[in-house]
Amino acid sequence: MAQHKINYLSEAGLPVALTTVDKLVQWGRSNSLWPMTYGLACCAIEMMATGASRYDFDRFGTIFRASPRQSDVLIIAGTLTKKHAPFLRRLYDQMTEPKWVISMGSCANTGGMFNTYATVQGADRVIPVDIYLPGCAPRPETLQYALMLLQKKIRKESASRKLKPKRLV
Amino acid sequence: MMRKYVDKKNVQKKPYYTNRFWVAPQIPKEDVLSDEIFANDVAKLKTKFDIKEAYIQRGQLIVYIDANQNVEVLAYLRDELEYNFLSELSAVDWLDKKGEFEIFYQMLSTSKRKRARVKFFIKEKEQIRTVSTIYKSADWGEREMYDMFGVIITGHHYMKRILMPEDWFGHPLRKTYPLHGDEEASWYEIDKIFGKEYRDVIGPENRDSSRVDENDTYNFSRIHHEVPFGEKHSEDIVKTDYQEDGGIFMVKSLKKSDSKILKERP
Repeated sequence: MAQHKINYLSEAGLPVALTTVDKLVQWGRSNSLWPMTYGLACCAIEMMATGASRYDFDRFGTIFRASPRQSDVLIIAGTLTKKHAPFLRRLYDQMTEPKWVISMGSCANTGGMFNTYATVQGADRVIPVDIYLPGCAPRPETLQYALMLLQKKIRKESASRKLKPKRLV
Repeated sequence: MMRKYVDKKNVQKKPYYTNRFWVAPQIPKEDVLSDEIFANDVAKLKTKFDIKEAYIQRGQLIVYIDANQNVEVLAYLRDELEYNFLSELSAVDWLDKKGEFEIFYQMLSTSKRKRARVKFFIKEKEQIRTVSTIYKSADWGEREMYDMFGVIITGHHYMKRILMPEDWFGHPLRKTYPLHGDEEASWYEIDKIFGKEYRDVIGPENRDSSRVDENDTYNFSRIHHEVPFGEKHSEDIVKTDYQEDGGIFMVKSLKKSDSKILKERP
């Protein structure tokens, strides 16, 4: 007759996984990154393509939210003009901690080809940026990879880290 | 079969560059009388208004009028001469050459299938009357003209900047406006977000987007002078092979120790 009773303690089959709070929390955070629905220029088209069914951001647990209060990633997708810079800063300030920023494309990184009076020469002059994503415009795969790098970065951090003020350039 | 000989007039001897200061000859002007419809229109206009010059360029009528009559001329063109569509209006900066702005209104007649351009000159501080009362499409066009050139328009119902922020200084499409903007423009977003005091924190040298600081070890690492992140820059040469020992399949790595540097050409 089969023995159905399992002796967990003696057979090393303890249904318990050991981990740290840090790892657990950051695992949760990194797999439910909610970016804000926020597009500035043509990079936003690529961002939409990344979110749509072919590239499918949802499988990373990444769901675009329509409010800065509910999101924790800000993807700056496009040219940041000087007229718009105060609004970007306000949206960033409205996001709850912890928050991360991906600067997508040449324009957001350095101003790109718009080296003129009306363009902010890099979004990091206004808000601190975690990941710079090159390309003009970056393909959806590139944005996916940037998000995966951000996940990697988040998993390395400690959950209760003291937030250092990030440096502006 | 041999190709037919064509005398190339010794092109090798000719300079291959083009003159940078070459000025395109003007588009040929034709007489108004060469087009029946335009001749008729100009004749009618001349009975009512002071027409300074009129000619045809590229099949379009160009009429120079008096600056004070702009509303009346456009109303007449719309009501009597069937130019029912104002497709564009703007200014041209001639301040350096003539001390004047050239204002133009591009008109289209959908019934006659003709285009006409109404033009006049104004001095820099001179004001013109709005035509947005007769053409709705002039509303934003005149706001843009004010925003980009600083041409002041009287009688407009909402005379504000359309593209630049309201607290912007200067008019960007003037020839005297620098491409990267004045000092106020270069600090605009910092002043607006962090306040003017924050200029000192950032430093004026950081406004130059092409600047690369070799002592900056936060953002850059110099090849052969690498130091850990954020540590002080050093002039000591770090001897590293950037290729891994195992290497990549089929790719042979170059070892610095195996390489030879020649002092002079053999």
